[in-house]
Amino acid sequence: MKRWLAVALVLALSAWAQGVLKVGVVVSATGPAASLGIPERNTFLMLQELLDRQGGVAGRKVQFVILDDASDTTQAVRNTRRLVEEGAVAIVGTTTTPASLGMIPVVAEAKVPMISLAASKDIIHPVDAQRFWVFKTPQTEELMARAIVADMVARGVKTVGYIGFNDAYGEGWARFFEAEAKAKGLQVVANERYNRTDTSVTGQVLRIIARRPDAVLIGASGTPAVLPQRTLKERGYPGLIYQTHGVANPDFLRVGGKDVEGTFLPAGPILVAEQLPSAFPSKRVALDYIQRYEAKYGIGSYSTFGAHAWDAWLILRPALERALKKADPDKDLAAFRAALRDEIEATRNVVATHGVFTFTKENHLGLRFEDAAVMVRVEGGRWRLERTFR
Amino acid sequence: MDATILGFLLLDGLQNGVIYGLLAIAMVLVFAVTRVILVPIGELLMFAPLSLVWLLEGKVPGTLWLALALGLVWAGLARGRGAWGPLLGALGLSALFFLALFLKPLAYVAAVLLVVYLGVATYRVFFQPLREATVLSLLIMAVGLHVAYQGLGLVFFGPEQFRPEPLLKGEVVVGLSWQGVLVLLFALLSVLALYGFFRFSLYGKALLAAAESRLGARLTGISPEEAGMVAFGIASLLAGLSGLLLAPLINAAYFMGFMLGLKGFVAAILGGLASYPVAFLGALLVGFFESFTSFFASAYKEALVFLLLVPALFYQSLRARAVEE
Repeated sequence: MKRWLAVALVLALSAWAQGVLKVGVVVSATGPAASLGIPERNTFLMLQELLDRQGGVAGRKVQFVILDDASDTTQAVRNTRRLVEEGAVAIVGTTTTPASLGMIPVVAEAKVPMISLAASKDIIHPVDAQRFWVFKTPQTEELMARAIVADMVARGVKTVGYIGFNDAYGEGWARFFEAEAKAKGLQVVANERYNRTDTSVTGQVLRIIARRPDAVLIGASGTPAVLPQRTLKERGYPGLIYQTHGVANPDFLRVGGKDVEGTFLPAGPILVAEQLPSAFPSKRVALDYIQRYEAKYGIGSYSTFGAHAWDAWLILRPALERALKKADPDKDLAAFRAALRDEIEATRNVVATHGVFTFTKENHLGLRFEDAAVMVRVEGGRWRLERTFR
Repeated sequence: MDATILGFLLLDGLQNGVIYGLLAIAMVLVFAVTRVILVPIGELLMFAPLSLVWLLEGKVPGTLWLALALGLVWAGLARGRGAWGPLLGALGLSALFFLALFLKPLAYVAAVLLVVYLGVATYRVFFQPLREATVLSLLIMAVGLHVAYQGLGLVFFGPEQFRPEPLLKGEVVVGLSWQGVLVLLFALLSVLALYGFFRFSLYGKALLAAAESRLGARLTGISPEEAGMVAFGIASLLAGLSGLLLAPLINAAYFMGFMLGLKGFVAAILGGLASYPVAFLGALLVGFFESFTSFFASAYKEALVFLLLVPALFYQSLRARAVEE
């Protein structure tokens, strides 16, 4: 009797599962990248509620299966395998670059489209046989470095000092920034490294100051980016100080306090959505996202990182609708996944919170520089829009 | 490089060096008395300022629950009359935290006492039952605790850094803040106090005796258990106070303690895990070395600092006779 009941239950469940579109989500909700991963997870929880109310996409229920990778590459890969086996039509994630790189071979082998939420250009470039399946939403270091260099040139900066993390983040920035700076005639006079866990950067800062650069760029993320800036101020450095978009969270302002006043940084337009000119394409979408997020999680709770997840869905949703016309995921999952990939690549002019996305066969980032980066300045403990590049 | 830069680098090296020095002394002390290499000392150091920040914001830090949980286990292990000590300690600590939520200056005391209680409880719960184990087992336990405490630190305090207000604001001269002076003074005082403690007090002498020969100390009526607790107590007191004084200069975060502890360990190794003055001098050497390598070759700083270990270990191994454990 019991066994029959179980069989009946399974049958009923599978019948209910008919027509449900499973979207796999991997984020770093715990571990060192948690401050980025938590808003991303929250965004998908919010989307789930929204879609349940609206009745899904094209009459089908959508279910986000959200797994935490604890900021760990091995765990991210394991999660991806699991999602592939559970029949996810696409995978969104993950938060960090190393873990996203680890997921690429898995999704390529299983032929499942993936939209990464991590920064590095290496995730989607060059578009080879494996990266054929991979897209991403956040701006690359290359794009943001371009914004910084353009701003420096406009301010008459001739010489720059660089200090960055002694890891993939700092190295990536050093590489792209130096290339872009050289191309625009800036001279990089100092190139220093420090560790997230360092308690003092006096040596590096003294070396930079001794070279008298017009500006200093700090290639670091989160609150550990405060230390070099504070040391520069303490040693009386008079020039301009630039940070990267990795510091665009409230904790940076909280820990930095007065020491980070006047900092310049590039950012996605959503960071200063309210201050954008009304003609700026992302303004309306970004304000909409902020309003929804704050209604659920509290005033001032939104971050630019959660918005990357929202953008991934803005791309995925129309692609799903179009792919559903071409293939049926219940009959042939592999064909549907392939069709979905093609439709994601066919994305044209999708206005999102961080810019406007247009993918091509060679370009799986798809952001246009002018729409995806603005320069922001810290003023009175708040982000203030300094300039756009439109 | 000119004189100003040289001066700044020396000052920077000194300020870092004295903290490594205090940690090195604490590690030598704990190792001598209990044969434990106190890897989690960095976590204990960071728990103090992070708990303080939480208290000042009117929140109860998770470290209190950790301390209370360990205290209960401690009381359970002690059984009978011995259980009163940890229970009363836990009660006092909770009361202090409750008061500190309203009376801000008490928060500093509460944060330090919490770390001391946590340190002693750690010894009693995790190391004392292993007292007959080999140095290797004790080291494995210590590393395990370091990983566990760091993970708990992330759960309790989140991934970002925090910066408590400095006790003294402003700068004496360019490059040396009053808080930095405070750190130097504290290091000097601690070294003097430790010297006085071991030289003149009976307790200190008993501790030295226990470190010298565990069996001999036991025969003369010194309890190695108590000696271990005192050693852990002193080590966590040094760590907690250093953490509170350092945090405004370096920012506190759950992951920041390990490197401090590791460099203290390098210094302790330079002193052969046996000599206090050599360990302290070794710590200053590490501090200066670090400060100068960060000026000349910042990308290789960490590698060069830890490379200091190689000649030290080489020398130690040439000098040491083979000793049966």
